[in-house]
Amino acid sequence: MHGKTDTLLVIVALVALWQVLHWIVGSVALTSPADTLARAVELLGSATFWPHVAETGVALLYSLLLAVLGGLTIGIALGINRLAGEVAEPILVSLYSLPKITLYPVILLAFGLGLSAKVAFGTIHGIIPVIIFTMNAVRTIPPVMLRSARVMRLSPPQLVSTIILPAALPELVSGLRVGFSLTLLGVLIGEMFASQRGLGYLVMNAIGGHDVRTMMAVVLILATTAVLISAGLLHIDRRMHRRAS
Amino acid sequence: MSWAGWLRLIVVTGAVLLLEVLCRAGVIAKTVLPAPSVMAGDLYRLLASGAASADIGETLGNVAMAVIASILLGFVAGVAIHAMPRVRRALDPFLATYYAVPFFVFYPVLIVIFGLGAAPIVVIGTLFGVVAMLINTLNGLDRIPRVLLKTARVHGMDPVRTALMVKLPSAAPFLFTGAKLAIAYCFIGVIAAEFIMSSSGIGYSIAYAFNNFDNARMYALMLFIIVLVTVLNAVLFTWERRIMQRRRR
Repeated sequence: MHGKTDTLLVIVALVALWQVLHWIVGSVALTSPADTLARAVELLGSATFWPHVAETGVALLYSLLLAVLGGLTIGIALGINRLAGEVAEPILVSLYSLPKITLYPVILLAFGLGLSAKVAFGTIHGIIPVIIFTMNAVRTIPPVMLRSARVMRLSPPQLVSTIILPAALPELVSGLRVGFSLTLLGVLIGEMFASQRGLGYLVMNAIGGHDVRTMMAVVLILATTAVLISAGLLHIDRRMHRRAS
Repeated sequence: MSWAGWLRLIVVTGAVLLLEVLCRAGVIAKTVLPAPSVMAGDLYRLLASGAASADIGETLGNVAMAVIASILLGFVAGVAIHAMPRVRRALDPFLATYYAVPFFVFYPVLIVIFGLGAAPIVVIGTLFGVVAMLINTLNGLDRIPRVLLKTARVHGMDPVRTALMVKLPSAAPFLFTGAKLAIAYCFIGVIAAEFIMSSSGIGYSIAYAFNNFDNARMYALMLFIIVLVTVLNAVLFTWERRIMQRRRR
């Protein structure tokens, strides 16, 4: 179990770095790891915290659903049609690297304050990596498989369900992983600017009230959850790639 | 230009024209989105009047500093970590989940540590860009063909010459990809940080215009960023493709 101890050592090093930073800048800027953990436990035990979690969770779920289903559909379509894919790729890459936060006012004007704006913001962050990964996955499917599908006269839905999805599955999981991170980022940014509920709002609220302890605690909870989910997806991702190769 | 390139131009132009028609016909309300031609006119006036020059200069300066810092740090860290397999194995899960952490929430902490001004913004941009560079440096070093290294050893090349004449050229396409991503991420990080809580820069300017219902200025600046990032990307994309093609030969 070499790997586990090493990972543990990295975590210890990170916490030590945090503690040292805390000593340097003081509690006003950065609460100590122990203090933050205590506040996090306090938050997790309080009844007012969970509705915010639920709010963020629901927004994340909707955004992920839209990003993944939409991304898969568009990605498969662009992957099958080579020319369309070639036309779309640079446009997609451009959209991917656009600071989407600048589009926030437009989304807000179009969707109004509340859940739909957050979901829209999460979706536009997450859908593009899913499209790009799916498209590339479909492109790398050996042509012989597609040719045999044509020989066997598979209908388009059959083609997608029996050939394209299974063949592209490992890459799809990679896309999902990146999509998840960005969707979460999008939802949180959405909450930070235009919401009265959710974890992003809690962070912003704590910043406004100079409540560094709460801010750090929410960030800690968020970061830990995000890393755990991402690590879980990474695990599945690696297993799939190993099986595929 | 290739067939796909022309098609792409037609698609993009068509989309802009469609947007123009929809806006002019009133399908999209003026309060939601002004017509592209109106936005372009506003942008031209804004740039010509010089009212946004200070903000634009500041943002570009911040992005440039963040890009330089992330490329250098990412490269050096990548080379160092690659040389220590055990450290690398331990760090791997953290690198892979790095972008799952929403960094903007650290911004207030950085303000207290680095003070108000450009430093915390540059740090956020660097935090965003550095890991993309790091991961791609590792990737590039991994993909150096073994046979090249063996050849270098057979020829008795010293480590410095091996690094300069074999490793660097061989890993170059990946380093380029890393740099390209770092540039994109630095833009996102810097502008988002300015947007959240700064008192200058394009990001701040957009947020400020939004809060004051100054739609003309807001959309003009948005268009500026979109055009800037798109042109930059197109240049890097073409350049990258050329490097990749040369390698394939």
